Amino acid sequence: MGIEGYLIVSTLLFGIGVFGFMARRNAILMLISIELMFNAVNLSLVAFNAYLPPANNAGAVFALMIMAVAAAEVTVGLALVIAIIRTRQTSEVDQYSDLKE
Amino acid sequence: MELLIALIPALPLAGFLFAVLVGPRLDHVPIHGHGHTDDHHGTDTHDHEVDDSAFRPVPTEEEQRATSPHAGHADDLANAEGADGVIPADLSDGLGQAGHVTTGGERPRYRSWIIPTLFVGISWLISMAVFVQVIFGGQVFEVTIYEWIASGDFVINISFLVDELTAMLLLVVSTVGLLVHIYSIGYMDGDRGFWRFFAYLNLFMFSMLLLILGDNFLMLYVGWEAVGLCSYALIGFWYKKPSAAGAAKKAFIVNRVGDFGFGLGIMMIWVNLGTLSFREVFDQIGTLDVTTITVIALLLFAGAVGKSAQFPLHVWLPDAMEGPTPVSALIHAATMVNAGVYLVARANPIFAEAPVAMWTVAIIGVFTAVFAAAIALTQNDIKKVLAYSTVSQLAYMFFALGIGAWTAAIFHLVSHGFFKGLLFMGSGSVIHGAGGEQDMRHMGNLRAKMRWTYVTMVIGSLALAGIPIFSGFFSKDEILAEAFNRGYLVFYVVGTIVAAMTAFYTFRMIFMTFWGEWRGPAAVWDHIHESAPTIVAPLVILAVPTVVLGLILGIPPEEGIIHGWLEPIFHDVTYVGALPGSILDGYNQRDETHHFELFGLGGLLLLVGASVAAAGVFLAYRWYVQRPESAARFVERIPLGLGPGMYRASANKYYVDDIYQLVWSRGGVLVSNALWWFDAKVIDGAVNGAGWLAATIGGALRKVQTGRVENYGLGIAAGLALVILVYATVVR
Repeated sequence: MGIEGYLIVSTLLFGIGVFGFMARRNAILMLISIELMFNAVNLSLVAFNAYLPPANNAGAVFALMIMAVAAAEVTVGLALVIAIIRTRQTSEVDQYSDLKE
Repeated sequence: MELLIALIPALPLAGFLFAVLVGPRLDHVPIHGHGHTDDHHGTDTHDHEVDDSAFRPVPTEEEQRATSPHAGHADDLANAEGADGVIPADLSDGLGQAGHVTTGGERPRYRSWIIPTLFVGISWLISMAVFVQVIFGGQVFEVTIYEWIASGDFVINISFLVDELTAMLLLVVSTVGLLVHIYSIGYMDGDRGFWRFFAYLNLFMFSMLLLILGDNFLMLYVGWEAVGLCSYALIGFWYKKPSAAGAAKKAFIVNRVGDFGFGLGIMMIWVNLGTLSFREVFDQIGTLDVTTITVIALLLFAGAVGKSAQFPLHVWLPDAMEGPTPVSALIHAATMVNAGVYLVARANPIFAEAPVAMWTVAIIGVFTAVFAAAIALTQNDIKKVLAYSTVSQLAYMFFALGIGAWTAAIFHLVSHGFFKGLLFMGSGSVIHGAGGEQDMRHMGNLRAKMRWTYVTMVIGSLALAGIPIFSGFFSKDEILAEAFNRGYLVFYVVGTIVAAMTAFYTFRMIFMTFWGEWRGPAAVWDHIHESAPTIVAPLVILAVPTVVLGLILGIPPEEGIIHGWLEPIFHDVTYVGALPGSILDGYNQRDETHHFELFGLGGLLLLVGASVAAAGVFLAYRWYVQRPESAARFVERIPLGLGPGMYRASANKYYVDDIYQLVWSRGGVLVSNALWWFDAKVIDGAVNGAGWLAATIGGALRKVQTGRVENYGLGIAAGLALVILVYATVVR
């Protein structure tokens, strides 16, 4: 099995993430969907790193950096979401529309 | 002696400061009583409407009733309607002999004249000493007091130059100035602004003396602007009277037009020569090309046109008669208006190099002379007659300057300064005596009551008319003879016609004022009296030079003693090319071999001059004394029915004021409106449009902010899809 399998899985994962982000109303589930998309990208990066001529393992390094950034992002994101849920008493994002036009 | 010259202008300046600082404490004006206050001037209306009834020298009864001194034409010492109502209180007040105070209170007291007049008197003494030194001692003073401006190459000194030309003006300015101060003591008595008047007069004397004494163009310019300022302040002296305030503004603004040119001329001199000192400029002017010199000369002449009230900037001078009569005598007859003549005469080396400029000066002079005289013929206001006469006589001087007869111009300036000052002061005495009446149609027979004023004014009028032995005869006929000798026959003929017109309107004024029957209200007649000694004395003193000046300076004609005096100034001006208008070819130079012959051409020219003057006087006598109705009949008899129209045109000053009103005032408003429209619609439109555009686009984009995260997510996804699509289709 070549790189195609990894890319198909990665594409499916990314599609699930996009769908989850757009279909869900729950803020926490939306964050999780974002994580899925991150991981889809990571998967494709490491796959490319393994199958394409190596250039100092740039793909793997990039994947590691995305993990670090994703960890930081999800920390901040979850803290914000929890703060909003506490003040709003709801996790439904349609309720968060105070800053609309 | 050097420092004394600096004192000549410095003393009036000190007098001005004194009058401003201490003057108000020296005058005591009771609130009530004693005649006029400023407030009454504010109520006077001045409308000299000109209608066909002006044809009749003698007003009808309706007119008499309609025009009481209370109703219109009250001026200067205008009647007070306050106090006791029927008869103006100050009619019975002598000048300086305040007989009564109508409503209780203290006697008024005026002492603020003492120091200013004294200082001007000392200044006059020094001036006379300098005059004698320069004229008879042959000395030319050049005094540098200190370095005024030193900025790189631009170095201007405060320094004075007294040569023969300055000395001649010093004679006129100092003498008339001192006499006007004395005259004003009586004339302005009872005015609330008494100290203010003397302060302005002193400031004027300072400025005028600075103007004629300065030895560079910048000092001349400073004095030039300062006399303009004083003129403004003094025309608008009775600032509560709208017509006076308006006339002051008009004078100031019209003068600005000319002064703008003058300023540009000075800048051009600086740019081209790098100096403003008279001596250096005149030494180096020959190094420039003719075009530059011509432009400089014309720009300087623009200033002269404004200050000396020549066409087309003559309109301010007649209106300036709104000022008190001493001001008219000093500033608008004898001194300030001569500044333009002085400027051209002083800058004669510049003008002599520029034939086109000379020709312009001559043409403007000749035209203004006949134009102003034609207006003076029909004016009914005694001061307006004299004002237009002044414009006309100044034009004679420019005419003389323009044909290169420099000395004749200065001679006429000096004699005119004395006799016109005399005439104006005399008219002030008349106005004062007649209870503020200025309209000659409501005067008459004043010689019965004002003997001194009558005699002195007749002397002044004889000089103005150019009757032999009086100063005006010699100076005016010298100009005409020079024009004839230099071949300007057209100019000579026009000048001679103007001389006849001058004699006519001058004696029309005398006959309407002093002869015939009293045509004003009978109640006023009983109160008419000779003016106070301080008013009459200057008249008598001025009558002396009016009689003898021509005899001393002007004999023999064209080679009189004044020519010897002014020779050092003008002798090096040789080139004045044959200007258009001269029948002579080649150089228009003074022919040294030509001499005056009493029983030759010269005598003939004098005879012609005297004859036309006598004819003018005779015509005035016939029309205004013998047959008062014949003037109107003459107007009717002008062929083609043009008479009434011509009369109206003259009486309305040839509509120049109306044209200016239309072109500059209305036109200015139109242009301003157009510019305002452009500013409001185009400039502001662009600015507001930019704001509107940003607001509209922003408003449309605001709709995007729904506040729903799904929508944003959808946007992101759609964007992603678009990027992929573009990548897949276009880039691949």
